[in-house]
Amino acid sequence: MSTNTAINGNPVVLQVEGLKTYFETRWGTVRAVDGVSFDLRKGETLGIVGESGSGKSVTMLSLMRLIPSPPGQIVDGRILLEGQDLVQLSDKEMSSVRGSQIALIIQDPMTSLNPVFSIGNQVGEAIKIHQDIPKRTVVQQVLDVLRKVNIPAAETRVRDYPHQLSGGMRQRVVGAIGISCEPMVLIADEPTTSLDVTIQAQYLKLLKELQEASDIALIFITHDFGIVAKMCDRVAVMYAGRIVEMGNVRDIFNNPSHPYTEALLSSVPKLEEDVERLYSIEGQPPTLHDLPSGCPFAPRCQYAMDKCSQVYPSEFNVTDSHYAACWRLE
Amino acid sequence: MTTTTLDARPMADTGNEVLLEAEGLKKHFPVTKGMLISKVTGWIKAVDGVSFQIRAGETLGIVGESGCGKSTTAKMLLQLEEPTEGTIRYQGKEIRNATTDERRAYRSSVQAVFQDPWSSLNPRMRVRDLIAEPMVINLNLSRREMQARVSKLLEDVGLSGYHANLYPHEFSGGQRQRLAIARALSVEPRVIVLDEPVSALDVSIRAQIMNLLKDLQQEYRVSYLLIAHHLATVRYMCDWVAVMYLGQIVEFGPTKELFQNTSHPYTKALMNAALPSHPDIEQEEMILTGEVPSPLNPPEGCRFHPRCPVVIEPCSTVIPQVREMAPGHIVSCHLY
Repeated sequence: MSTNTAINGNPVVLQVEGLKTYFETRWGTVRAVDGVSFDLRKGETLGIVGESGSGKSVTMLSLMRLIPSPPGQIVDGRILLEGQDLVQLSDKEMSSVRGSQIALIIQDPMTSLNPVFSIGNQVGEAIKIHQDIPKRTVVQQVLDVLRKVNIPAAETRVRDYPHQLSGGMRQRVVGAIGISCEPMVLIADEPTTSLDVTIQAQYLKLLKELQEASDIALIFITHDFGIVAKMCDRVAVMYAGRIVEMGNVRDIFNNPSHPYTEALLSSVPKLEEDVERLYSIEGQPPTLHDLPSGCPFAPRCQYAMDKCSQVYPSEFNVTDSHYAACWRLE
Repeated sequence: MTTTTLDARPMADTGNEVLLEAEGLKKHFPVTKGMLISKVTGWIKAVDGVSFQIRAGETLGIVGESGCGKSTTAKMLLQLEEPTEGTIRYQGKEIRNATTDERRAYRSSVQAVFQDPWSSLNPRMRVRDLIAEPMVINLNLSRREMQARVSKLLEDVGLSGYHANLYPHEFSGGQRQRLAIARALSVEPRVIVLDEPVSALDVSIRAQIMNLLKDLQQEYRVSYLLIAHHLATVRYMCDWVAVMYLGQIVEFGPTKELFQNTSHPYTKALMNAALPSHPDIEQEEMILTGEVPSPLNPPEGCRFHPRCPVVIEPCSTVIPQVREMAPGHIVSCHLY
């Protein structure tokens, strides 16, 4: 929740420029990510918000270079991690970057851990691959990282298998693998959706502490504006493969400038106050293989004009650090 | 027994008739050891003395974390689980003693909508047959009447008559949930159990479904039992809220009162753990440590005391008495 100005002075660690990831399917080309650009500073938390099919997860997989190919391919754009373009790296070069400089916490700890290896083994794997160190040091590092994510009795827990841990503990192990090599950028893809609320609160607090301890740049992929409100400094709202609005978290909440953001925010019930009737966005998110030429939100938009269905809107600045792609701002 | 578990029945009278009543409901599952000659080594007390009322046209929400017994409670109401102890009364009549015909009538009066519309609709049936299936069993209608009702139901849930010829896979998640609602409504139930009806849906679709459920409640005057873990959803949908922890209700009250004067430390912790709706909302730092203990061996005294941040002396030994904070708002905690 700290939109501290200190972050603005930090160096940019990740810069994404015009990223396009397409999939060839039998229904035609699916433009899952269609020109996404953003940058991320050291110690900053960026939230990428969107519904299923908005391209947020494909963006995340593109950053990790984990797009299954075929059918998918990064067709255009650059992903600069400290100046190094990840798109141009060979598979071998990428595997030395993946996990050590840019790491991922996946949504479902039930399926992202291997059931037949002990958790010590799985946390140690990432360390062994990326650092050339003797076995005893690896064991020591595994214990250190498990303690960092507050796993009680780490010495005995390292020998446990995933099924012996609760959901919250398993998610901590996945988090431990993510931070084990002290990455510069950590991507968390809906890390708390399968957790109970009180466990979710514990985990979010832990992530925040880990981030502050080593100045990690964090990307939160989520559909939940609550997580954004609690955790993020900046927000990018995605719809049909593009960022439709981006800005500081307070700008987005106080002055949502894209009709989609505005509608999403007013369609969520509030914990703190009574709402007589929620705004509901009619219709459904579009299918990505035959997108209209204009703004893809136009069919569901309450302010849609003629122009909207013809030309995709350019990005207009609301303030210096806040823009939205909507013709109303022209 | 009535002194040890929270009895959420004496509600402030809202003038609506009591439809469904649960009293001292318990469900204990045996834990067995050995394959051929199995021995019961313990009991999982999934639900351990729960009482509440559902009134006509109102919504009762049950919130709690996984393992608190909220789904088991719903299953008992749906007659999918036989209660170990306690009674369920529908319109004043006890279900356990009901005749076969009365039980059949009960089953059609209490319907359910489940969380996941991808697995709750048979993929091999056309929408027409899916929606008509409960009517074939429970109502004696001609083919033509049935068709007409299916079309009317589809329109009521915001779809069109021509959708009747399609199969479930041709619908999106939100539309499927609409189909599940139409199916539940087809036999004119008085109560619908909604088990996490929106949590599997996209954010922009959730509001559509919640508003639809509210509209249908007005139109059909049906009561809802809403099982949810998302507090904001409960606040929006419910007239009454019951908070469950380890098989028991710890706090119960009218929604507005309960959200404004939250009393039980567990409810407070749930509220604090819930995500804020705006970045400027400061939340009290009251994060619960640890996880829900096993219902196999629940703690002595107040079941919440090992995790409670404001635990006092009698909590670990004495079961707390029930106290009424305001009309209809009851709490089971030693602090009061």
